[in-house]
Amino acid sequence: MKRLASIMGMPITVEISNIKYQIANRDIEKVFDYLREVDEKYSPFKKTSEVGKLNRGERISKEMEEILRLAQDLKKETKGYFDIKKPDGSIDPSGIVKGWAIKNAADILRQAGYKNFFVDAGGDAEIAGTFKWGIRNPFNVKEIVKVLKLSNCGIATSGTYERGQHIYNPITKEKEIKDIVSLTVIGKDVYEADKSSTPAFAMGRVGIEFIESRSGLEGYMIDKNGIATYTSGFEKYVSLT
Amino acid sequence: MIKKILLSATVLGVFIVYSIHIKTDVEATPVVAIKSPALSGIEPTFTPNPQAISTGPTPAPLATIVPTATPRGKYKDGSYTGAVADAFYGNIQVQAIISGGKITDVVFLQYPNDRRTSIEINTQAMPYLKQEAIQAQSARVAGVSGATASSDAFVQSLGSALQKAI
Repeated sequence: MKRLASIMGMPITVEISNIKYQIANRDIEKVFDYLREVDEKYSPFKKTSEVGKLNRGERISKEMEEILRLAQDLKKETKGYFDIKKPDGSIDPSGIVKGWAIKNAADILRQAGYKNFFVDAGGDAEIAGTFKWGIRNPFNVKEIVKVLKLSNCGIATSGTYERGQHIYNPITKEKEIKDIVSLTVIGKDVYEADKSSTPAFAMGRVGIEFIESRSGLEGYMIDKNGIATYTSGFEKYVSLT
Repeated sequence: MIKKILLSATVLGVFIVYSIHIKTDVEATPVVAIKSPALSGIEPTFTPNPQAISTGPTPAPLATIVPTATPRGKYKDGSYTGAVADAFYGNIQVQAIISGGKITDVVFLQYPNDRRTSIEINTQAMPYLKQEAIQAQSARVAGVSGATASSDAFVQSLGSALQKAI
């Protein structure tokens, strides 16, 4: 069965293969409830959220402290390319919370015993079992340019979206990222894929080298000329059928 | 979910595989590496079997040929140069090479070449990246991961090159 909800400003799709609605629906509802809870807790737009508290200098939860620690580690790993501190000085951990939340949501289904399912949040997904997955053509939303066969892993894409430029280069803040239009990362889970795709995209052309240099990650980068550059191990995910 | 878009597939039914040995320094970024094969392809003569071109100092891995969705016999064989299209970042001009009625290669005659300052990243091992021109696929998929941009200069230039090939 498959269900769709709109949470965190994104379409969330949960599909569990070969199972009846009556059996799986309650578990999918748990996943949606969890993601709504994460949205309440960590939305930078909600005053009562942990992020709101943090930005006002109020006491934060243990979980929020953990997220901040993860964000700090990632900032070091990426030499500053991942930074939850925005140019105006406020903190927005959305970049790390999204992948973390999708992975936790998938864990809810895993713990319930499901083995073939995916949780997809606006194109970033955790996959259990095996599914065919496409990489969208950044120049034409209706097309896919790659067909992948993904098993028990996570996928995330960063890019220049319809909404406009939403990723900036924290090192040279005034410079917009224009050279690369899309960077897809596959990792052992969606948290690993998502947390690396954003900073790697911000790096511009060398972002794909950063992905190549990380163990357990593969990537497919599309530049403004429609040329894709991909990592040495990426082809093992390409579906030939 | 994904519809078969044969027409678009034809336009984007393009393929280049460059196997490139990329170093972290600017001189060897993919943009620069594409340049030499592109220039060598300018002569209007038809190239029968364009294979991957090695630009790196070490032997390149085998090129993989991706089957195109192009219908047979649609275009006349030869090389066709497209119009210069404004990509906002600079101009793009491509040359389409048709063999057996299909697009077998696309050569970039012009493309924006803004050099960036090298960014220090400590790569443990020398990366071994590969390249190809993106190409529309038709397949049923469970989901799609991706971003969308507004640049269609590549499609524009290629489209005009293909007009000449009909």
